[in-house]
Amino acid sequence: MRARSPGPGRGGRSLGLTALAAALALTTAGCYRGAGEAGNDSRHTINVLMVNNPQMVDLQRLTAEHFTKETGIKVHFTVLPEDDLRDKMSQDFSSQAGQYDVASVSNYETPIYARNGWLSPLGERAAGDRTFDQGDILPPVRSSLTAADGKVYAEPFYGESSFLMYRKDLLKAAGLKMPARPTWHQVAALAAELDGSRKGLKGICLRGQPGWGQLAAPLTTVVNTFGGTWFDKDWRPQVDSPAFTEATRFYVDLVRRHGQAGAPQAGYTECLNDMQQGKVAMWYDATAGAGSLESGDSKVAGKVGYAPAPVERTREAGWLFTWAWGVQKASTHQDAAWRFVRWASGKGYERLVGRELGWSRVPGGKRASLYRNPEYTKEAGAFAGPTERAISSARPADPGVQPRPAPGIQFVGIPEFADLGTKVSTEISAAIAGKQSVPEALKKSRRLAQEVSDAYAHH
Amino acid sequence: MPTRTTEPAPAAVAPATRGPSARAQRTERAKNWARRAPLLPALVFLVVVTQLPFVATVVISFTRWNALAPDNRGFAALDNYRAVFTDPAMRASVGTTVLLTVTVVLVSLLLGLGLALLLDRGFRGRGIVRTLLITPFLIVPVASALLWKHALYNASYGLLNGSLTWIWRLFGSEHPPQPDWMTDSPLAAVEMSLIWQWTPFMMLILLAGLQSRASDAVEAARMDGASAFDIFRYLTLPHLRRYLELAALLGTVYVVQNFDAVFTITSGGLGTANLPYTIYQTVYQSHDYGRASAQGVVVVLCSLLVATFALRTVSSLLREEVTS
Repeated sequence: MRARSPGPGRGGRSLGLTALAAALALTTAGCYRGAGEAGNDSRHTINVLMVNNPQMVDLQRLTAEHFTKETGIKVHFTVLPEDDLRDKMSQDFSSQAGQYDVASVSNYETPIYARNGWLSPLGERAAGDRTFDQGDILPPVRSSLTAADGKVYAEPFYGESSFLMYRKDLLKAAGLKMPARPTWHQVAALAAELDGSRKGLKGICLRGQPGWGQLAAPLTTVVNTFGGTWFDKDWRPQVDSPAFTEATRFYVDLVRRHGQAGAPQAGYTECLNDMQQGKVAMWYDATAGAGSLESGDSKVAGKVGYAPAPVERTREAGWLFTWAWGVQKASTHQDAAWRFVRWASGKGYERLVGRELGWSRVPGGKRASLYRNPEYTKEAGAFAGPTERAISSARPADPGVQPRPAPGIQFVGIPEFADLGTKVSTEISAAIAGKQSVPEALKKSRRLAQEVSDAYAHH
Repeated sequence: MPTRTTEPAPAAVAPATRGPSARAQRTERAKNWARRAPLLPALVFLVVVTQLPFVATVVISFTRWNALAPDNRGFAALDNYRAVFTDPAMRASVGTTVLLTVTVVLVSLLLGLGLALLLDRGFRGRGIVRTLLITPFLIVPVASALLWKHALYNASYGLLNGSLTWIWRLFGSEHPPQPDWMTDSPLAAVEMSLIWQWTPFMMLILLAGLQSRASDAVEAARMDGASAFDIFRYLTLPHLRRYLELAALLGTVYVVQNFDAVFTITSGGLGTANLPYTIYQTVYQSHDYGRASAQGVVVVLCSLLVATFALRTVSSLLREEVTS
């Protein structure tokens, strides 16, 4: 068949080439349109890439009516789930394509991106801006957005730490008392007492779902306070060290004995549901969870007490996470981008949200002034103080008992950690399910950590 | 992602006319091109969206390229492929993919066959029942996976355990069993949700097959005293064979690629990570484009191998139809 059909003649080939050229022209034109706005107002339009959390969605709603009205700068938002955001962002920023002027970066990416030269330093602009008031930003948040060169590369939108949330009414009914600064062994004892003190009640909810942003986060804070670490300061892997093993065994045993049902698949959402439904008496997780527990439609609103993250060998153990705004170095709209950042991260925006949408929806956890605002503390009274204390006492550079090779409390601030943390937490999740022992899980993890260690030992 | 490559069919077979004059030949050629030209954009489109990305993937698979370490880029020779073949997680995910696909396709094929046979009979409200049965297939995969995870399987607030509690309470027991479905049998939990979603698809294809069956043969068999089982075994099943194979083939192609259920229900934990999930992890967690491309290339080659055999079965069937 192929032999009988005539080969393409000259005319055919050039036609094909024309069509190919046309197709390529179309695709490149598409890229160009996506890259920026053609036309006169390109100076006054910026593209913002951000994660699809509720606080960001509020921001998107308020931007046109307030920011654009005040400044004349139009903002195009691209809103994505966290994983997609990281992918899109790393692609655009690593090639410095400049498609997005501003992106929501967390304190995990910021130092890494800054080291790669993908972000514009914002510290000097912020320091020179009286109304922005850089000094008002909570110090741990600011330092977590500072790169190794000492410059600030992102400004926070909201911040969170972790603490222990517990049902005051259930503890009282069982005749128990939460210490002001609980240790993990005290929490385990309380969990044992509370477990089954009412029908179907479990002692505590702890994340068990694989993922560096799921199980690995609370587990790493437990490891820190038990004296363990992922790597020592020379990048030697420590995941099967005695302290790491002891902490992991403690975590796995606690959640297996007195934790929520379905623990190996339970993440933040599942624990929040369990807590709201009254299925668990305690929950160690992000301070952001308190806002949902105290909201109007929550069954447990007003019944929840807040204690600092439980400790063992360190004074503090809470994590630190923040979504912040970073400006791409290749952006040609540096001034407009900064004006957006100072608006979104400023005091004025917090007041705007409080006025327009209610104080409980203010993106908090970043400015000391918010916690002195009577309107805010009235609405968020139950958890405002504990949240501010948790964030203010976090030590991202020195979270454990030994020096670390990279910053980060609930993560190790290197690009490889997303993969390593996810794979190791998959093994530990299997230990929570009872499919393998903790030493087995950590032995497999050791091999994974060794790969990362080998890569860094060369540097 | 595995890209299925299809060889672009030659546009038209030119009738081999040996005209006496060169002029006639030229008009003939022009005519042929006039006939073929409208297909060119489609061909170019196909090449641009399937073949070029695949070539790019092959090239990337030989480079050392991690998005988060942009300084360390270069030619990696076969390093990525070595990593793919020595990675125990990758090997495990091959087994998981095979097991997951075979189970889901076989079970949903059997269930689909049963439902199609029932729906092939006339009864009141058949249209409504058929629509209801198709519904699972129309639900967005990730939404259905979320439903299974939270609304059904969840051990503390899911419907399954809630129903157990309710039934046990009917009999006065306060201690119903509360199995942790996703932990006790993680792969089965993923398979269940996929079977639920793919049974309607199988049912639709088989129902179309059943309805194309000539009714006179069945009637004749019945007149000759054949039992219902005999009719099914010797008339219906041979007739359905082609439809069964088609349904199995299409189902396999889709279920092999499944990502939503694994990602949502178990996050790849407890030995449920299949190939798409493993590759996803390499891209989105490690940001290792080189290794992910190598994984993709290996998967495409393997699926090509399998598909060649599978497609050959189907085409032999087609030949059989022509000769018989």
